[in-house]
This record gives sequence, structure tokens and C-alpha cells, in this order.
Amino acid sequence: MVAADLQILLPEIVLSVYAMIALLAGVYTVKDRAAPMLVWATAALMALLAFWIATGPSGTEAAFDGAFVSDGFARFSKVVILLAAAAVLLISQDYMARRDILRFEYPILVGLAVVGMMVMVSAGDLIVLYMGLELQSLALYVVATLRRDSVRSTEAGLKYFILGALSSGLLLYGASLTYGYAGTTLFTGIVAAAEDGVSLGLLFGLVFLITGFAFKVSAAPFHMWTPDVYEGAPTPVTAFLATAPKMAAMALFARVVHDAFGGVVGDWQQIVAFLSVVSMFLGAIAAIGQRNIKRLMAYSSIAHMGFALMGLAAGTAFGVQAMLVYMAIYVTMNVGTFAFILSMERDGKPVTEIDALQMYSTREPLKALAMLILMFSLAGVPPLVGFFGKLYVLRAAYEGGLAWLAVAGVIASVIGAFYYLRIVYFMYFGEEREAVETRMPPVVWGALMASAGIMLFGVVNLFGIEPLAAAAAATLVD
Amino acid sequence: MSPAVLIFYLFAVSVLTGGLMTVLSRNPVHSVLWLILAFLSAAGLFVLMGAEFVAMLLIIVYVGAVAVLFLFVVMMLDIDFAALKAEMARYMPLALLIGVVILMQLALVFGVWETDAGAGARLAVPMDGSVQNTAALGLVLYDRYFLLFQLAGLILLVAMIGAIVLTLRHRSDIKRQDVLAQMYRDPAKAMELKDVKPGQGL
Repeated sequence: MVAADLQILLPEIVLSVYAMIALLAGVYTVKDRAAPMLVWATAALMALLAFWIATGPSGTEAAFDGAFVSDGFARFSKVVILLAAAAVLLISQDYMARRDILRFEYPILVGLAVVGMMVMVSAGDLIVLYMGLELQSLALYVVATLRRDSVRSTEAGLKYFILGALSSGLLLYGASLTYGYAGTTLFTGIVAAAEDGVSLGLLFGLVFLITGFAFKVSAAPFHMWTPDVYEGAPTPVTAFLATAPKMAAMALFARVVHDAFGGVVGDWQQIVAFLSVVSMFLGAIAAIGQRNIKRLMAYSSIAHMGFALMGLAAGTAFGVQAMLVYMAIYVTMNVGTFAFILSMERDGKPVTEIDALQMYSTREPLKALAMLILMFSLAGVPPLVGFFGKLYVLRAAYEGGLAWLAVAGVIASVIGAFYYLRIVYFMYFGEEREAVETRMPPVVWGALMASAGIMLFGVVNLFGIEPLAAAAAATLVD
Repeated sequence: MSPAVLIFYLFAVSVLTGGLMTVLSRNPVHSVLWLILAFLSAAGLFVLMGAEFVAMLLIIVYVGAVAVLFLFVVMMLDIDFAALKAEMARYMPLALLIGVVILMQLALVFGVWETDAGAGARLAVPMDGSVQNTAALGLVLYDRYFLLFQLAGLILLVAMIGAIVLTLRHRSDIKRQDVLAQMYRDPAKAMELKDVKPGQGL
């Protein structure tokens, strides 16, 4: 019985076993000198697993009495997570090696965090959900503190840890209330218990669970940790935080509200819509005053999470599809943007001030152009892919009967466009200042150009991601 | 009131007192001691429920290891708790207000608490009395809850890696023990006997 269950878990098992072997190999051989090789090996394995999952058998399989579900939705999310993590690992290697923080544990911890994320998106049980979430979070706390001699980095890690622990506590409390009402932690049982309306107890459980998830996706008003952690963590770690874990947490959010509370859409719809509208406006307005590009990206991610939640708030299969498409686009844009931010430096010291980009286009026209495309895409300017992502969620909200939310989204999007455009303005029309260098190894250059290229050429058919996301969403929402 | 119920209330009250005093007491060492009381009372509650194995684990692991470790940490870290408390006092009124509001809401929930009608059927069924507590745990741990067990192991592995990554420093300027060199050293070469004549130096 266990053997058949483990068959379904094979990708997760492969990655965990690899992490343990790599750890032993690193410890007993050359330690940190093995790090570059491990980074490449981990990234290659993740890409391989993504390919394996994408081409593997379709259909829904459940392991351990439904505690672990492998369906189209989980597979779509896992592929995005694995590819994003692999890309971030590759672009981070050079930066970390030059700052002397490329420890051999780094790729291993990222690998274990990815195992946690894969478990999260496949969870069919509250305990499995919590285990996956903790595995992910704990690894992230450590990598956020990786530059342990820097006060900033340790503060970021500590802040992340304490607030993360608090949110886990809230989530656990919600889970215990839900269990107390339904008598089971399995989503299939919870959805049956909620069949004829939610009682007050279950509603409280739901609210606490959603609070916990909102912390993890950094949706306002539970976003406080994001700017500080993004700023303090080493830039490659920030890039990682802004991509794969966001996708995982968002997928987990969708999984719980649809799988466990799919029968009571009306009860969570208003909460998610509230989170969405607050995040969009807070992300758009608070970012205006930021001068540090990492803090700016933090607020940008809060706003983007608001848009992704808008798709979820629709409560329909199309809404989930829109959310998946939006998240895939968001992750791609962020990999490219962070590839650029990683390489910003002056005299070998990393620079994160937006001012440093003044008149950048005269020195590096091609990179400036790529950055322009990415900024326009993040802002949602029409001919680029980012616009279609926004269009998708707006349509989902409108069709889901939340026209006011769609209108609010458009307004927030216009406000938010300001700070993306300001970066572009600085690059093209700023005044001459002390120059910033962007020395890029081929991998980072490739990531930046590929990401910008996808934003430009994806408009044709979004690289065929729509039908995939639609199929994935269909497996989640009946 | 039967003795079991009486003992239940005794332990329940002491768990709550322990928890409350952990947070409230001024001296951090006292906090840890109150925490130990809370653990012990919780173990008592487990015994009342017939889960003696978990109760013993709680005492051995939490009281025996975790709490003692806590004590060491609290005593070794020189934290000025008074300053921290002063900082906290500034936010106290707002925190109290929010706390009271949440407490009222939760009271509202528990006032009308009812479990789902089908919850009883969904609850996990305990094994019949012929299987010992510990054996029953072993039966499900590596079977039904295999995934959870292994995931917990991975989480502990990450915690271990994290602790080492964040704290271990390889210092090259100190003398280290080299076990192999010690074992393979030749006693004949390690020592030299000199016959020192009386009244003369070497």
C-alpha cells in the first residue's frame, strides 16, 4: 500500500534524496568549493523534474487516503515552481560567489524549500499542508540570513522568522478550529462538513486559515515583513522569495479555498476580495516613496499578489485559470528584473538605489531596453504580456460578478504604473550622475534577455500557457 | 464529581496558570520554570486521556531536554528584559484593546459551538483495547502517517543545517585535534630520554 503511494510522490522523493546526498557529498569533500557545481546540479535536477512532471501521466492520483493529491493543478504549479527555483539558482551563483556567501548549503536549502513547496501545492490534508509550509518557510528563514555578518541580513531573517512563526500559529489555530468542527483534517471531509452552510466555528477556522495564507503570500494587511525582508536579504535570496514561494503559497491558497471550502464560495469570496483590493492599493501607493529598488520590488510584489488574489476572488474555474496565468507571468517577469538588480554595482559593491540608474540607457542600450520592456510589462502596459495577465484577472473578476473589484484593479494599476515608469524615465531621460555598472555573466544576461523576450514575443499566444492553465484549473474546481 | 474529573480540572487549571505566568513573570528564568509546570500538567492531561506514551515523551523530551536548553539559553544570553518591557508598555493599550476584542469574538464562537453532525463518523477510530498504546502508534506511524513522519524528519534536517550554516565558523588560527595523527604517532620517536648528570645542565 505504501509502495503505491510513494510512486505518486516520486518527484518529491527524488529531490529530497538528492538534497541529502548532496549534503553528505559537500560535507565530506571540498565543502564550499563544491558550491558552484552543486548549484548547477540542483538547477539541472529541478529542470529535469519539471520536464518529468510536465510530460508525466495526466489524471488525478491521491496518495495516503487523499492526504497528498497529484492533479493537473498541482502539476502546473510544480512545474512553475521548479523552473523558477532553477532559474533563480543559476542567476544567483555569480553574485554570491563574488560576495563570498556562496555556501554549499545554499543550493541544498533551496532544494529542500522546493520540496516543501511541492508538498504544499499537493496537500489534501491540513497536516500535510502545514508540514510542507514549515519545510518551505524554515529553509527560507535560513537563506534570508545567509549573510550572517551583516546586521541587515540577520535582522531580515529574524523578522521573517518571528512573523512567519506568528502566521503559522494563526494558521494552526484555524486548522484546529476547522478540525474541531469537521472531525477530520482531510479536505474531502471538510468540504462534506461544509456542505450545508458554514457554522460560526468553521467560519472562524476559515478566517484564521486565510490570515495565515495572506501572511505567506504577503497580501495587505499582512504584508509588514515584506519590504524589510526583501531589503535585508541577499539579493539572490530576495529574487527567490519573490518567485517560487509566492507561486507555492498562492497555489496553496487556491487549493484550500476550492478543495476544502469549495461549497461555500460566498463566505471566503468577500475576504479574498478585501485582501485583493487592499493589497493592490497599498502596493501601488506605498511604493511611490521608495528609493531602494529592492523595497520597491517588495511593494510591487504586494500589488501583484493583490491582482492574483482578484482572480481567486472570482471563485470560478476561470478565476483560478487567470490566477495561474498571472502567477506564471509574474514569476517570469521577476526572474528577469532580479537578474538585472543582481548585477547593479559600483566599484564592486552592490547598489540598490534607483537614482543610480540615471541615464543608464546611454551606456548600455540593450540592457536598458530589456529593463524597459520588463518595467512596462510589470506595469501592465498594453502590448506586453504583463498586460494580458492583468486583463485575465480583471475579466475573471468581472465575470465572477465582482465588477467593482475589477474597476478598483484598473485604478490601482494606473497608480502603480507611476513608479515603474519612473525607473524607465531615469534610465532614458534622467540627469547624468555617477554611473552604475552592470557586469553580467552570460547566464544572468541570458535570463534578463529571455525574460524580456518572453514579455515581448509572448503576446502571440502566451506560449500556449492558457489551455494548460485552463486544464489545471478545471481539475481543481470540479 | 468523580476523581477523574477533579484531577482533570486540577491539571487544566495548572496548565493555564503555567502558560499565563510564562508570559507574565518578570524574571525569564521563572518564565521557563512556569513553562515546565505547563508541560508537566499537559502530560498529566495526556495520562488522563489514556495516552501514556505521549505523556512520557512530553516529560522526557520537553521537560528533560527542551526546557533545560531554554534555561541555559536564557541564562547565557544577557538580554535586558526591562528595556524590552518598557518598549512593549508603549503599545500595551492598543494591544489590550485588540486582545479584548478578539477574546470577545472567540467567546462568541465558543458560546454557540457545535460540531458538524457528520463529524463523529469522520473521526479516526481508535484501535481496540488489545493493542498497546505504543504499539498502536508504531502501526500507523510508518504506514498511514508515513508521509508526515518523513516530512517532519526533513524539517528537522533543515533546522540542523540552518543552525550549522548560521553559527559554525571554521577558524584557521587555532590548534585542532587530529585524531589520526595522534593514533599513528610513534611513541619511540615522541620521547627522548636524556641522562642528566647531577650538578650539570643539559
